[in-house]
Amino acid sequence: MRPENYQAQSHPPSHEYELNFGPNHPGIEGNYALQVRLHGDTVVSAHADGGYLHRGFEKLMEGRLWIQNIALVPRICVPDPVPMEVCYSLAIEDISGLQVPERAKWLRVLQLELSRIAAHLFYFGGHAATTGMYSPSFWGVADRDLILDRFEELSGGRVYHIFNIPGGVRRDIPEGFLGRVSALLDYLEARLPEYDDLLFRNQVFVRRSKGVGVIDQQQALAWGVTGPNLRATGLGFDVRRDDPYLIYNQLDFEIPTEDSGCCWARTLVRRSELQQSIRICRQVIAALPDIGGPVRAPIPNPLAWNVPVGESYTRVESSKGELAYYVLSTGGEKPYRVHVRGPSAMHAVQVLEKMVTGGRLEDVAQIMFSLDACPPEVDR
Amino acid sequence: MSSDIDYKDAGSILAPLKNLRFFAREPVTEPLGPRPAAENYRGFHVNDWELCIGCSTCQKVCDNAAISMIHIPGLPNDPVKGVRDHRPAIDYGRCCWCGLCVDICPTGSISLTREYVHTCTEPELDSYFVLPDPNGMHKTHFPKGWSKTEQNDLLDHDRQPMAEMAPEARIGDFAEIVAGYTDQQALLEASRCVQCGMCHDACPTQMHAPDYIRAIWQGNVELAVEEIYRTNPFAHVCGRVCTHKCEDACSIGRRGTPVAIRWLKRYAMDALAPAKVKKIAAKGKSRKKSGRKIAIVGAGPAGMTAAFDLIKQGHAVTVFEALDQAGGMTRYGIPYYRLPSESLQRDIDIIVSLGVEMRYRTRVGVDVSMAELEQEYDAVVLALGLQLGRSTRIPGSDHVQVRAAVDLLRRIAAGESLAVPDKVVVIGGGNVAMDIARTLARLQKQQHGVVGMTVCALEDFAHFLADPEEVRESGEEGIEIIDARGPRHCVVNDDGTLGGLCTWKVLSIFDEQHRFAPKFDESDERIHEAGMVVESIGQMTDTGLLGDELTEALEWNRGRMKVDAFGRTSLPWLWAAGDCVNGPDVVHAVADGHRVATSINEYLTQEVAA
Repeated sequence: MRPENYQAQSHPPSHEYELNFGPNHPGIEGNYALQVRLHGDTVVSAHADGGYLHRGFEKLMEGRLWIQNIALVPRICVPDPVPMEVCYSLAIEDISGLQVPERAKWLRVLQLELSRIAAHLFYFGGHAATTGMYSPSFWGVADRDLILDRFEELSGGRVYHIFNIPGGVRRDIPEGFLGRVSALLDYLEARLPEYDDLLFRNQVFVRRSKGVGVIDQQQALAWGVTGPNLRATGLGFDVRRDDPYLIYNQLDFEIPTEDSGCCWARTLVRRSELQQSIRICRQVIAALPDIGGPVRAPIPNPLAWNVPVGESYTRVESSKGELAYYVLSTGGEKPYRVHVRGPSAMHAVQVLEKMVTGGRLEDVAQIMFSLDACPPEVDR
Repeated sequence: MSSDIDYKDAGSILAPLKNLRFFAREPVTEPLGPRPAAENYRGFHVNDWELCIGCSTCQKVCDNAAISMIHIPGLPNDPVKGVRDHRPAIDYGRCCWCGLCVDICPTGSISLTREYVHTCTEPELDSYFVLPDPNGMHKTHFPKGWSKTEQNDLLDHDRQPMAEMAPEARIGDFAEIVAGYTDQQALLEASRCVQCGMCHDACPTQMHAPDYIRAIWQGNVELAVEEIYRTNPFAHVCGRVCTHKCEDACSIGRRGTPVAIRWLKRYAMDALAPAKVKKIAAKGKSRKKSGRKIAIVGAGPAGMTAAFDLIKQGHAVTVFEALDQAGGMTRYGIPYYRLPSESLQRDIDIIVSLGVEMRYRTRVGVDVSMAELEQEYDAVVLALGLQLGRSTRIPGSDHVQVRAAVDLLRRIAAGESLAVPDKVVVIGGGNVAMDIARTLARLQKQQHGVVGMTVCALEDFAHFLADPEEVRESGEEGIEIIDARGPRHCVVNDDGTLGGLCTWKVLSIFDEQHRFAPKFDESDERIHEAGMVVESIGQMTDTGLLGDELTEALEWNRGRMKVDAFGRTSLPWLWAAGDCVNGPDVVHAVADGHRVATSINEYLTQEVAA
């Protein structure tokens, strides 16, 4: 299917041709498209073509009360919604000087890490599928569902949790919740060797992904690459450790890195992060019973809440990279401006265009998936 | 840290055999059949119609505009109780199940259920637009999911505390007890409002409380006063002594303390400079003179409100007042510690400044007759108030030291000095009884150093007439309130001085037909020692000024002038307003004043057209 505004262009005789890679294409992530110019199987140039999911989130937020936006932000990145909620809340708390209760901070970290695990499991499935392997997709989605079960229990919503609001979280955990999360983590940890056998020791996957879509550290920094994609180039930068928020400075975890900067390295970094996230969750589960108190700071009546004049740029580490919210308040009951600095906008546009250029057509999908870009967040 | 997976190791050639173990595992796909949702699940809505008051707060917080308020005929609709016959309907094509409606609901009536499947062939349900009731979308009684708890409740249930004088300090003098809100307190209190408008509907004069509360919240006191003056020229007074029907109807009051609407009004009025208030009050005043003249008898809230409206409509208004100053019962009935006369004077000054002609110390019926008024003016308004105290007519009540509460209050307000005996008994249980008891208690404190005040009320505390806060504050000031006591006779000593009051225990006040017929326990008799007995069992209108001829010509309804819905009597040139037809309460009087002014204006303009 061509975009409506597509106009065929006449070109001088050439061996090159243009291919619309998406928006409806099994190898594209979500509703997104790449217009690639090919010479044979080699990509000569690529043009990222987004906008199919544009809903104008940032503009929409300006017309809604501060509290109403909590239902909107998780939609910006569907597979990993918790960092969106937390980051938006953190920014408002920063402007208005709200003191989040200790218990809420730990609960937020638990959600953030569970969400990271869920997003990474989803990612393996997608990435493997681009190399022709579909079992990891089924496994990843099925295991992610078990995490969503816990989210459903916690927040009442499986996909859009809408559980973090400015001031803390909406409710305390249900009875026996930590035990069930703990059992889930045990199960997931036992599953990891099976994922290794299926994917990471699988020579089909190794040979297809190793050395493909390489980016070196200097380039990555220059292009604004963050998160696991940056760590796959050997730079161990993680907002959780280097600019800690919530209670990450009280936790014990490591930042996995790889040096080669290829698709394989990016996948491997995420695989290692799973282990670290499980480790963090276990620390939270061990600590939570001893942290009492409320789960939310008192907030004004949401229908008459003027967040004081101020601005905040708040960042967190999402599963896809550095996620930041720039929130500007002019003292009104609605935000004056909310800007989402999402990792995917960098990864799926400027980085992807350059990475696929010079590569082969069959690797385009893989490179895109290895970057773990999220189209709704690109379009916002 | 790098990964420890040795990807170069292809593993044993037998490794694929490991996969055989998967045969022994359960499939990960969900089993067919219903899957129960989690306890907190945010599924389709239910709404307890008994609890729901139709306040539309859910509609306001809904971030997708998915909620509409639907009128349901047959449901209770009572503005005074704060109940509307509207219920929220959800457009599931827009709803995102965030549950904010549940978290903000003032009553806690709306909840989400664990029901999340909607497949239906019935045409009436083949719609996204559903009116949730207690049975759920498909009448399947699914258990509740996400519902109101203390943790997810988004409303602030506690009122900003009002600074008050301590009882020991206030019993010594007449200074105003309530200090009023500070800017910060007013802003915080105003922010509690959910703008449901129940207060507007409940208010007798339909004050735009949500609008002025919002203006206060925005820090725009000028706008707030503007909103107040749309309906109430007695806002300094109402901000202090209104019976606040608005707060009784406030939806926040369903589970918490209602928004302090009265104190907010007082804050706005006090915060703005009088010159600016005057300017706002004069807004919309007609520049054209109609040439019509209206006489108003009585300068109380009803008369002055009518004068305010009529003068703004371009008519010439003359107010006849028997006493020295305007204000009526608000000046001569309400004690200074509740309503300082300076505050009242600010309201009066503003109305007078619009050009109302005031004739003080002019008693209609004596200095000027009703017939003259009829002749000289196009319309006449009777706003006579309730100036005469009723008597119990028990034996001994004709003693000189048995006094009427309204009479005493008027004398004290006018500045007369009064010698109060060290022991006083008040008969009555209404707000006037509290007023006179607390006023005399202050005088006792000044004159004797101690309070010796007893209030004997016919009603028991479960059915008490006075406001609970009046009862509490009286108790704090050392006044003894004895409930369920019926007066039998006043004890007169042999030397002719008053000895006290004898009361019986009340068994019941009304008979089976709800008629006033008190029954007493005659064995339970008590003598309350007192040098003065004050009767405060109700007031009536002094209609003597009308004269026999007019009294004959008018239609009456159980001692009160009969008026139509607009305050017009059976005579075309005569209207009546305020306590004498509709009382006793300031805000009702204000509402009445507006009503007759509208009616008179219509009458006069129609006359011109004809």
